[in-house]
Amino acid sequence: MAPLKDEEHGSCRTVKNGCECEEKSNPQVIFSGQAAEDLCCGPPAEPRSSHLEKPGYQLCRFVEKFIETPAGSVPRVKRTLDRSDIWETIKVRSGINRNQYKITPGLYCVGAADHHSPVLVSANYKLSFDALRQALTHSHAWILVLDTRGVNVWCAAGKGTFATEEVVRQVRASRLADVVSHRTLILPQLSATGVAAHQVKKQCGFKVQWGPVRSEDIEFFISHDNKCDAAMRKVTFTLWERFVLIPVEITLLYKYLLWFLLIAFILSGIGSGIFSFSQAWHRGLISVSAGIVGIVAGVVVAPLLLPWIPGKPFSVKGALSGFLAGSAVAAIFWGRVNALEVTALMLFAMAVSSYLAMNFTGSTPFTSPSGVEKEMRLAIPAQAGAVLISSAAWLWAAFGAQG
Amino acid sequence: MDDFRYLPGVTTLKLDEKACIGCGMCLAVCPHGVFVINERTAKVIDRDGCMECGACATNCPVNALSVDPGVGCAAYIIQSWIKGKENASCGDGGCC
Repeated sequence: MAPLKDEEHGSCRTVKNGCECEEKSNPQVIFSGQAAEDLCCGPPAEPRSSHLEKPGYQLCRFVEKFIETPAGSVPRVKRTLDRSDIWETIKVRSGINRNQYKITPGLYCVGAADHHSPVLVSANYKLSFDALRQALTHSHAWILVLDTRGVNVWCAAGKGTFATEEVVRQVRASRLADVVSHRTLILPQLSATGVAAHQVKKQCGFKVQWGPVRSEDIEFFISHDNKCDAAMRKVTFTLWERFVLIPVEITLLYKYLLWFLLIAFILSGIGSGIFSFSQAWHRGLISVSAGIVGIVAGVVVAPLLLPWIPGKPFSVKGALSGFLAGSAVAAIFWGRVNALEVTALMLFAMAVSSYLAMNFTGSTPFTSPSGVEKEMRLAIPAQAGAVLISSAAWLWAAFGAQG
Repeated sequence: MDDFRYLPGVTTLKLDEKACIGCGMCLAVCPHGVFVINERTAKVIDRDGCMECGACATNCPVNALSVDPGVGCAAYIIQSWIKGKENASCGDGGCC
């Protein structure tokens, strides 16, 4: 994808020749051309394709030009996000196209990178790449993008795709040793789960320096002689960081929703008259309400209020937020439900919320697998028991009311 | 991160202080400030802060550290119970 200067020149000349040729030999062509323009629909023609384009390739919008290096041409990327990047980010954060949001691995650069410029290693998840190029407000740097299969740095390191072997492979494939005169790579700290610094040095001669956890600190790191302060080495989990995770958590529940609705309405219709559709509808709506508030309590409330809800196990935090949500449902339908039904609704909301909050452990940066397993051994039987008791109470209440 | 504490007394992290050469690599890679270097040896100062990510053990050049690494993710653990640890993955596009 080298900038083909001659091609640009050449294509201009071709057009000119074409026009001259048409004017001289066949004036009708011009006439019919004009007529076609009037008849043809829509606005005037778009500008000519970028001279950077090449048949069979698609030019990425974030590439501003290509620079020549001893290892071939390298795309120089923008430091800012344009509207389409932001729109794509919103979609991915909502769970749309999330598993296919990747860029081509290899070497990129920002600014006027030269053979002294630092090399930053990143994942080929576009959100990670966007965060990095956006954070590089002033530096001139190389960005070596690994093939992490479109997965972010930390998860890829855990899965073994952001790994020692992949770093070595991309260093060789991009011929990085021909591009820079130094032998240092800056890796995001969170990739240390998958990359052994001493092995990288041994296998390709490049020394690994651990950059900060967050890309927003990368400029500080580079300008302070590749050093972080202690806070830049620690993960955070702010309200905003928790908030952006919620839409994906919600979209993951869609596939269970239909089953939940089906079971709730069928169970609610069963009574002394074997099955009643009107009862299924009325009681079904109440039980579905309890389920929905349980979902909101577990997927939205518990993650947002995580540090302030008492209890260390997530299942306990979820049960507490589910208790409050269940109380709200009981209050709304007060008078239409008896004490047994209130118990059933509360237990159901608590069980749903507890289970979903427990699942949020996978999205946090501080839960240990030993801890999650310990919590689950107690929580899962409790949650299953609560759902069973809740269903039995809900059924029993229907027979009691009409029997 | 001090606002966020998970279950105490569960981590599988082990440090062999005799084998440690005090290079400080564990200090650089730990995202929870679990280690300090004291008299040219690493010390664990916040054991319950450990989330068993395994970065320290992977990067210790003398194998002085060990931890049973993994992801603290309920979906992953349910899969590891059903399919075994080798075939488990983090949900289906869920967390990781």
